[in-house]
Amino acid sequence: MINSGDTAFVLISAALVMLMTPALAFFYGGIVRRKNVLGILMQCMAILALVSIQWVLFGYSLSFAPGNAILGSLKWFGLNGVGFAPYADYAGTIPHQAFMIFQAMFAIITPALIIGAFAERMKFSGFMVFILLWATLVYDPVAHWVWGIGGWLRNLGALDFAGGTVVHINAGIAALVTALLIGKRKGLDNKPAPPHNLPFVVLGAGLLWFGWFGFNSGSALAANGLAVSAFVVTNTAAAAAGLSWAMLEWMFNGKPTIFGTVTGAVAGLVAITPAAGFVSVIPAIIIGLLVSVFCYIAVAYVKPKLGYDDSLDAFGVHGIGGIWGALATGLFASKAVNPAGSDGLFFGNPHQLYVQFIAVAVTVVYSALVTFIIYKVVDAAIGMRVSEKEEAVGLDLSQHREGAYTMLE
Amino acid sequence: MKLIIAIIQPSKFSEVRDELYKVEVNLITVSEVLGHGRQKGFSEVYRGVKEMGNLLKKIRLEIAVNENFVEPTIKAIVKGAKTGETGDGKIFVLDLKECVRIRTEERNGVAIG
Repeated sequence: MINSGDTAFVLISAALVMLMTPALAFFYGGIVRRKNVLGILMQCMAILALVSIQWVLFGYSLSFAPGNAILGSLKWFGLNGVGFAPYADYAGTIPHQAFMIFQAMFAIITPALIIGAFAERMKFSGFMVFILLWATLVYDPVAHWVWGIGGWLRNLGALDFAGGTVVHINAGIAALVTALLIGKRKGLDNKPAPPHNLPFVVLGAGLLWFGWFGFNSGSALAANGLAVSAFVVTNTAAAAAGLSWAMLEWMFNGKPTIFGTVTGAVAGLVAITPAAGFVSVIPAIIIGLLVSVFCYIAVAYVKPKLGYDDSLDAFGVHGIGGIWGALATGLFASKAVNPAGSDGLFFGNPHQLYVQFIAVAVTVVYSALVTFIIYKVVDAAIGMRVSEKEEAVGLDLSQHREGAYTMLE
Repeated sequence: MKLIIAIIQPSKFSEVRDELYKVEVNLITVSEVLGHGRQKGFSEVYRGVKEMGNLLKKIRLEIAVNENFVEPTIKAIVKGAKTGETGDGKIFVLDLKECVRIRTEERNGVAIG
């Protein structure tokens, strides 16, 4: 039966998650050089438009329609049969389309996370085809495995409340693969380019934090205690991780920075995503404090050492943070928080950690493999990288014939 | 003493700077300027309306040098900025009458480097 409170809550949550993609655009857009800021904003808004259409046409159906263990089906093509009565297997108290549009926003932001890895150098035409294929061949199947009825990771008992594997590990690994395939940006010699607008980065991070309440507590799919629990631990983990990153910088670089603090907060939000709804507040603090340590090591030491150009640390924050969050769920999950979940290692069930590990490993391998194939195919057919001259001029002017800022009126 | 002013493409700036470092010219002043050259740049389009005859972004370098550094400086700028296409920019060499280092009030040759 439809509950109006739940329906209102899920619709508002969907709107909050929608806002995260433009928020991400500003978060990433502030970090790039100013000749590329419109390129980033355009990629985010293009994904918002493109995947919205893909989702209602066939993406939702491939992910969530009844199918087999690996993939949904085309039974719900064009939302055929997806109406306003509840579909009890997913959410018994809201219209089926409310669940569908909430899920749409997750399908949108996931490919948008990847763009941080290949920022400032991808050709727009190749980008559009790559994203469409990635959403269809990587996101949709993995979403089905973890969340769809009959999905094999769901049946295995893997816990992923709001998308640690489906969203963050999936996108983070795709980010690493694309960064390796497209190669480094020219002329930077592995030195970071200074962010062109740090206030934009803070604006974006703040709006991401805000939107994340819809992402995590909305995943309860009802306005109830579980949603409140997810809300509280989400805020707590983000706070702990922001403080923790700032402390690391204070210890190792002399001064805490705003860039580091908000990066930490985003890493905390990533890590708590699979765990929210299964863990209580003290584990949330531990998850937040530690995620900054892992991501800091990845971003400040591992990346420069290995020399790949994950330009905006999509892998370093979402890949690493997502893996930690998924494993931490296997450590700290507790039936006291969510009777529908299960206990983790610290609550006497080491098997859960093993299941989480399987979910992580499978997502890593699948995402890496299929991303690699899609990239190679699109690169051969259309080309993925802009010319050297276009890269030097910047994506704003070379790909979109626009400039973000004027010098004279 | 000469004052060398160069107008170059923004995209070639880092290469020019690297070339200048190689010939030990470290003291430069850089500004962003707009200019009209002969070349066609990327024209901009806003909501379907094409912006014609836009001023293009350029980088302006100012470098004050003693005589023995004039040729190496020019060569370094050319090496870093030249692509062979229209729009590579220009170098102007001016006589410089006097130079004062404010901190020490030293003048001319010693003050310039």
